[in-house]
Amino acid sequence: MEKDIILKAENISKQYRLGQVGTGTLSHDLNRWWHQVRGKENPYLKIGDTNDRSTKGESDYVWALQDINFEVERGDVLGIIGKNGAGKSTLLKILSKVTAPTTGSIKSRGRIASLLEVGTGFHGEMTGRENVYLNGAILGMTKKEITSKIDEIIEFSGCERYIDTPVKRYSSGMTVRLAFAVAAFLEPEILVIDEVLAVGDAEFQKKAIGKMQDISRQGGRTVLFVSHNMAAVENLCTKCILLEHGFVVFTGSTPDVISYYLSNQKVVSTKLSEIKERKGNGVLNFTEGIIKDNINPINSIETFSDFEIKLNYNLDPNVLVLNNRIDIGINNYMGDRVAWVSSSNIIHDFDMKKGEIVFKITNSPLAPGEYACNIYAEINNEVSDWLISVMPFTVIEKDYYKSGKLIPSNQGSILLNYNIK
Amino acid sequence: MKNNNVSNDWLFEITPKNKFFSLNLKEVWQYRDLLFLFVKRDVITVYKQTVLGPLWYLIQPLFTSVTFTIIFNNVAGINTGTVPPFLFNLAGITVWNYFTACLNGTSDTFKSNAGIFGKVYFPRIITPLSVVISNLIKFGIQFLIFIAFYCYYYLIGTDLSLNGLVLFFPVLIIIMGILGLGLGMLISSMVTKYRDFSYLVGFGIQLLMYLSAVMYPMELLKDKLPKYGWLVEYNPLAYIIETARYMLLDVGKISIPGLLYTLVFTIAVFFIGLLVFNKTEKSFIDTV
Repeated sequence: MEKDIILKAENISKQYRLGQVGTGTLSHDLNRWWHQVRGKENPYLKIGDTNDRSTKGESDYVWALQDINFEVERGDVLGIIGKNGAGKSTLLKILSKVTAPTTGSIKSRGRIASLLEVGTGFHGEMTGRENVYLNGAILGMTKKEITSKIDEIIEFSGCERYIDTPVKRYSSGMTVRLAFAVAAFLEPEILVIDEVLAVGDAEFQKKAIGKMQDISRQGGRTVLFVSHNMAAVENLCTKCILLEHGFVVFTGSTPDVISYYLSNQKVVSTKLSEIKERKGNGVLNFTEGIIKDNINPINSIETFSDFEIKLNYNLDPNVLVLNNRIDIGINNYMGDRVAWVSSSNIIHDFDMKKGEIVFKITNSPLAPGEYACNIYAEINNEVSDWLISVMPFTVIEKDYYKSGKLIPSNQGSILLNYNIK
Repeated sequence: MKNNNVSNDWLFEITPKNKFFSLNLKEVWQYRDLLFLFVKRDVITVYKQTVLGPLWYLIQPLFTSVTFTIIFNNVAGINTGTVPPFLFNLAGITVWNYFTACLNGTSDTFKSNAGIFGKVYFPRIITPLSVVISNLIKFGIQFLIFIAFYCYYYLIGTDLSLNGLVLFFPVLIIIMGILGLGLGMLISSMVTKYRDFSYLVGFGIQLLMYLSAVMYPMELLKDKLPKYGWLVEYNPLAYIIETARYMLLDVGKISIPGLLYTLVFTIAVFFIGLLVFNKTEKSFIDTV
């Protein structure tokens, strides 16, 4: 059977110039223009580093995307996953025609509409109803289309009461609801979505996800969905592509890509001995910290999974240890303490000869997000080593409740294991 | 792999470069509702939360005309012939205002719409086009005040007459709008990379007004400063304003070669502006 390809990307690359626009840009522009006049190729296309934000590059130019090829069939829900800075958003920007690729082309058999961010073009002075029209038109609907759907849109948003009030009087949640409602009633052949699920309260999120599923399943619509949220991707997408440093590293069915993504993250044990900023008398020095699942070092943990935090240390052999303790405080990205584990809670003075301590955590209730540890050692009632905000790790969401429903990101910093009777 | 005849039926293609010249009129037509809604937005939100509201449309040209009349006619003694100086200035300022509003509004298209352009695609030309159209409405309102004063002066017995060519007045205004749009598109494209241009526009418009025969008849400058007369003679805007006054008040002269020059200049600027604008809209978001 002939495949019904609706969208095809061929050798898409995108180059960005780093740094500020200034006189340097002008000279590059002139040089580029001079090459063009003589019919030569753009001299700056040959240079440029791979997109890796953590290493210092040689060149001012960077490739945000390199040689991206993929095909999307009609009715596919394609997930695009990857870490921050892997090039996901750049790809979506190219797909939604916001910016052009540096090389390559995208061919499409359908209208593409994007939900890069909801509420684009809302004007605070205009009423909700006027904004629905304006926003709808910006997203590519005609006035007639909007008029035929306006009642549904308003009902879906749940803002009936305020619909003739200027949007600047709305709460931020209401604005988002209204904006999402407009976008949800778009009917392009290809819909591009970037992280819209992270909006609104729990009730609205449920509605939004349901709508997404409707769009992709019943409508036979093609959807490109970009997210960090593995549970959402797992739930919505049939196929995925995995981006890393601007390259497509894996394409396939969703479970395959996700397991590849999770197992192939570059894991770094934290060399604690190299950290200069520390307090304490130095009787004990932490040397290395690793977070592991049962077997392998990892830096992302799934919700409700088991993991270990292992700390290695050197102890001054000349010191007679009378009492000791080692603590780990786990802080969320805001720096708030969410959990604390201490050797002193379990054993009063543990044997320090081994040079390592392992904290085994079972059924971790940490909510999805970014975390870091404060580690602390006390020997003979004196602080001997204390490091702040080291060993960062990520907790990612797994469809634990087997319902396909996500836990809204703003609903607390721990998860509960519960049942309904 | 697909065979070639199948891959021809793509609806559209996204490529690095635009064709040398592409104004996709079909696409603009598809988005006509958006154009209309942008115009509506501009018109209804301008003077929201002001007490005087749309009266501001009228206050500005009136006060400027009064000031000009005092400075240029009463103090500096510029002679406007049989026409009352106030009416002479009001005509010039009303027309000039339309040009500056178009140029100011369109020249920061990319910069001020970066947020929305960065998220969603629609034909970018809709935005400057909506500026030119909504300013046309503003111009219409300001022109009404001119008509009101015209009638007033007529009724108190001032010797005023329209020129038959006044029928072509709308054409003149459209030419002016297109010139403002063309220049605006050109400048807005350059502002995306080099902000220097937005400063240039700021005071450039001020200086240009003095070279555009807004508050004096074109002949006067040529008489008094024969050396610098060419500055006005090469300024297409001076011809537009002079001609507008000729049509409305029957003063000054009409210069057919001058108008032809203006027309050619306008068309050239418009197409260059469009060209640069099209080139810029593809990737301005990376540099803005």
